[in-house]
Amino acid sequence: MSENILDINDLRTSFFVEGNEIKAVDGVTLQVPEGKTLGIVGESGSGKSISALSILQLIDDPGKIVGGSIDFNGEELTDVKPSRMRNIRGNEISMIFQEPMTSLNPVYTIGQQLRESYKIHEGLGKKEGTKRAIEMLEMVGIPSPDKRIDQYPYELSGGMRQRVMIAMALACKPELLIADEPTTALDVTIQSQILELIKELQEEIGMSVIMITHDLGVIAETCDYVAVMYCGQIVEYADVETLFDNPKHPYTVGLLNSLPRHDMDQDELIPIKGSVPAPDEMPAGCRFAPRCPHASNICSQMPALETQEDGNDVRCWIYTDQWDGEKGVKVYDRESTS
Amino acid sequence: MTENQLLKVANLKQYFPIKGGFLGRTVNHVKAVDDVSFTINKGETVSVVGESGCGKSTTGRAILRLDEPTEGKIEFDGQDIVSMNKNEMRKMRSEMQIIFQDPYASLNPRKTVRQTLNEAMEIQDVVPKNERNDRIIELMETVGLQRHQIDRFPHEFSGGQRQRIGIARALSVNPKLIICDEAVSALDVSIQAQVLNLLKKLQREYDLTYMFIAHDLGVVRHISDRIVVMYLGKVVESGDTKAIFENPQHPYTKALLSAIPVPDPKNKSERIFLRGDVPSPIDPPQGCRFHTRCPYATDKCKTEEPLLEEKDSVMTGSHDVACHYAKDIQSGRHKPTYEMTDVRKALDEEGGDNESTGKELEDAKN
Ligand SMILES: Nc1ncnc2c1ncn2[C@@H]1O[C@H](COP(=O)(O)OP(=O)(O)OP(=O)(O)O)[C@@H](O)[C@H]1O
Ligand SMILES: Nc1ncnc2c1ncn2[C@@H]1O[C@H](COP(=O)(O)OP(=O)(O)O)[C@@H](O)[C@H]1O
Ligand code: SF4
Ligand code: SF4
Ligand SMILES: [Mg+2]
Ligand SMILES: [Mg+2]
Repeated sequence: MSENILDINDLRTSFFVEGNEIKAVDGVTLQVPEGKTLGIVGESGSGKSISALSILQLIDDPGKIVGGSIDFNGEELTDVKPSRMRNIRGNEISMIFQEPMTSLNPVYTIGQQLRESYKIHEGLGKKEGTKRAIEMLEMVGIPSPDKRIDQYPYELSGGMRQRVMIAMALACKPELLIADEPTTALDVTIQSQILELIKELQEEIGMSVIMITHDLGVIAETCDYVAVMYCGQIVEYADVETLFDNPKHPYTVGLLNSLPRHDMDQDELIPIKGSVPAPDEMPAGCRFAPRCPHASNICSQMPALETQEDGNDVRCWIYTDQWDGEKGVKVYDRESTS
Repeated sequence: MTENQLLKVANLKQYFPIKGGFLGRTVNHVKAVDDVSFTINKGETVSVVGESGCGKSTTGRAILRLDEPTEGKIEFDGQDIVSMNKNEMRKMRSEMQIIFQDPYASLNPRKTVRQTLNEAMEIQDVVPKNERNDRIIELMETVGLQRHQIDRFPHEFSGGQRQRIGIARALSVNPKLIICDEAVSALDVSIQAQVLNLLKKLQREYDLTYMFIAHDLGVVRHISDRIVVMYLGKVVESGDTKAIFENPQHPYTKALLSAIPVPDPKNKSERIFLRGDVPSPIDPPQGCRFHTRCPYATDKCKTEEPLLEEKDSVMTGSHDVACHYAKDIQSGRHKPTYEMTDVRKALDEEGGDNESTGKELEDAKN
């Protein structure tokens, strides 16, 4: 068993608006084994981005981390000094955001922005910085990097901008890269280039990756482990093969059954009924209960995320001794889906 | 031409002028759709697929004459609609409806469900006034909304529910054809599945014909009978869903399909990486438009435009492809010029990198 570079336990982050507490992240427990890729998958609003920003301590008013721990390489991120955290960001943990245009500065050239990053993090001068910038652009497959370096972000295509973002994020060879929907805004042919590139660079640098996405295809293609999020909580954590072969949480099963596949013929899709509850209608017990086909009496209480025999974690009463619903209930029926 | 045919698009062109200079003269054109032809039969679902900017929405808008087509013929139910005047076209619109990607942007935020549906019926005058209320309730139930939500505003609904309002509005005028432009793209998978099932059910019940515009090929495989693949304003391949997915002929279709991540960790597909990006539609490449990115391109491809014709020797019958070498690529006689499955090699190829696509297009739109 390899070491975990990141170990998050019961993380909770809330926003306080108009006297209400919105629990955006409310029970995130996960590990990122060193050198591996962890995927976080969940529907929009489930708390994926807020989890990522919490790791980097980038939660601003009216948001606040209200509980839990984030152990990064033995350091507790929820109480390191701001100066140390600045050092971690960019040097040890980097992030790629969904929309590259908002994170690249439109008034500076690509070269100026890359050089700035080398200056801050490694104290490189202009000449050395330029050399490194060209190397980095080459590494992410930007053709004629010596010319591109003097161009502004708007002069590049969406795919190239995202590759420049990757170059910036990897400039200082981080130990952990957090990629928040890095390809959602891109066409699939460009997406496949970017994902492959991240994978290759990961091997070259030996970094760990958190891949945030709502696309189960991206998860299957790129991740070693997967955390499934629903309404601010991790409901299932498993290695990628187990998750697709033998999903345990009714929500994970619902996602797989809803997915239209391009690689096989299917009959009717089996959707999950209803929709994600609004923050002020959040059930007190299992958050999935209003939509769950198996919900029973005990589900009016909150189940814990518990480790199963195979080492994976599930947050569902079915897998506990207290289960009071149908005995031997079949949560996933492979035959009916393929 | 068969009796079964509902829509026929022939040689459609849609060029948008780019104004420039201090006189605001037209200095160039965005060739968004450039000589596109296809047909849709009654009761069918035909999907138009391709990357962002290839002309899918523009084709849809031209069919509804939301933009005036530059050139070409559009026949709906045997009637030429390009030559129709405003009044005739207005009547025609009750037969052709469109559902957009962003239901929020296409619904009036100050109108309740009742008002929105009432207005649609009033404009088209399809239901007598005294029956409209019953019809609204019936429509709401048809699309899975509850009658007590009738006086609610769009912001009081979730994304999936708003899309249902959009569908109810489209249905309210009893259309024959519904153009769904990325109608389920913004929805989370669990909700997307609900809406897809609903669209299929409505098609069976009301004998609807769909033109589906989508970039998610999982959705497309699930919903379509036939598929039209577009690249840079042209149709590069068209055929039955099964033929396109299981026996794609055009190098672009193959690359597109191989690029989709498979939701099965034990079955990772071999990728074909294309070099460069999609070139600008302002000055599209000569010859085959795909040649700047195509792993199989030759000198001939740079000058001679391939015609869309039947080339599939395995599954014949309505499978057309526009590539000079489709047959030879299939048989292995014509080989790629770079290692397509190596991302570095593909990225190193300057290929179709198109310097300032982004900026020129922004200018063109303004
Ligand atoms: N009104 C317009 N003026 C100028 N150019 C336009 C206009 N409308 C569309 N275009 C251009 O025409 C081309 C085709 O656009 P279209 O909206 O049809 O693409 P699409 O295939 O629907 O893409 P997407 O998947 O991003 O929706 C693009 O290059 C676009 O920028
Ligand atoms: N600044 C904010 N103020 C209030 N609520 C917020 C804020 N940012 C995010 N949220 C809420 O937190 C939840 C999780 O958001 P997010 O992490 O962005 O979701 P996603 O999984 O789509 O990345 C959502 O319900 C969102 O509306
Ligand atoms: S705890 Fe109950 S409601 Fe929640 S997922 Fe499990 S069975 Fe369903
Ligand atoms: S005609 Fe030439 S460039 Fe076009 S797809 Fe075929 S081989 Fe490629
Ligand atoms: Mg997000
Ligand atoms: Mg479009």
